[in-house]
Amino acid sequence: MSDFLGDWHALVVLLVAGVIPNQIWRMLGLWLGGGLDEGSELLIWVRAVATAILAGVIAQILVHPPGALASVPAFLRYGALAAGFVAFMLTRRSIFAGVIAGEIVLLAGTWWFG
Amino acid sequence: MTGLPGGALDADCFQEAYAHSSIDTIPVPLPPLDSPKWNSSLRAFALGFKSVSATIFSAVLFATYIGIGALAHDSHFSLGWTLLSTILVWAGPAQIIVITTLGSGATILQSAIAVTVSAIRLFPMVASVIPLMRTPETKRRQLILVAHFTAVTLWIECHRFLPHVPRDRRIAFVHGLGCGLLCITLWANMIGYFLAANLSQTLGAAILLLTPLAFLFSTARNSKELSDVAALVLGLLLYPLFSLMDSGLDILISGVVAGTIAYGAHRVRARA
Repeated sequence: MSDFLGDWHALVVLLVAGVIPNQIWRMLGLWLGGGLDEGSELLIWVRAVATAILAGVIAQILVHPPGALASVPAFLRYGALAAGFVAFMLTRRSIFAGVIAGEIVLLAGTWWFG
Repeated sequence: MTGLPGGALDADCFQEAYAHSSIDTIPVPLPPLDSPKWNSSLRAFALGFKSVSATIFSAVLFATYIGIGALAHDSHFSLGWTLLSTILVWAGPAQIIVITTLGSGATILQSAIAVTVSAIRLFPMVASVIPLMRTPETKRRQLILVAHFTAVTLWIECHRFLPHVPRDRRIAFVHGLGCGLLCITLWANMIGYFLAANLSQTLGAAILLLTPLAFLFSTARNSKELSDVAALVLGLLLYPLFSLMDSGLDILISGVVAGTIAYGAHRVRARA
């Protein structure tokens, strides 16, 4: 896949695995959305599952890291996330502080142990 | 997601729902409702486009999409594919799921199922955003692009900005806002892709770490209910266990199990 777009197969995969299963919910929201109760029990469960799937994806990137991240030792990947979380909590939930702290620990750690 | 009434337009309702966050303390830099600047749709579009500079989420979105660009590069997707996925999918979690699952050898069906579960949240978001800009004359097809742009960032910003936008200019304004956010993410994708291709291994790793960090903290910030917090924590802890099964459906199974336990905790507490 060295061309700008890649082969047609990759685009079909994008449509079938990414675009359609995602857009279908937006279009359903547009067509049927009128009388929906955001607090309904079904939606609370759906939201919990969606959040847990996203958490699983975050964990997957750390446990089975892609590309360059695999060169970083595991304890440093987890340590960076933990340090970011501490900074996030200490700054009354600042996303910015959490991201910066995590990155600093990762870079300092690879410099220190590398 | 707090229970905002579908058609509520007044800022009070929103500020009450989000009083414990800092979103509503940032001033909205828009002309008054009766200003002649609102007379043309094009001006409204431009005001929406410019409003991306007044949202703290632009920075989070920028960092996230730099990470997605780098992730796509290191998972061997082309730059054009990456940009197209941003334009057509327009949902960070779904894009990351597609890239990581396909990149690690899942089948198309397995990826599609994980994506569609992650995307169900878009249904109530669209359903609550549409009434903010519909008028009796509005046709449904005029709202398709608004529905497409709807994701968590736009959903929050609509509730913040739209009370300060005349109703008949809101669709144009949201089109501008969505295009502005899209420009930010496309630039970020290109930057992340080229950085991952050209940086040293250490800096490349740092860019890839942006995605889990930005997602973890923005999800944690949005988790107000017990079930959301429990789902986040359990999802992080259970995935490594389920990944030992190596079934190809690890993400989906750990997500359904962790989410259902979290929902159970919510039910137990509601009954107590």
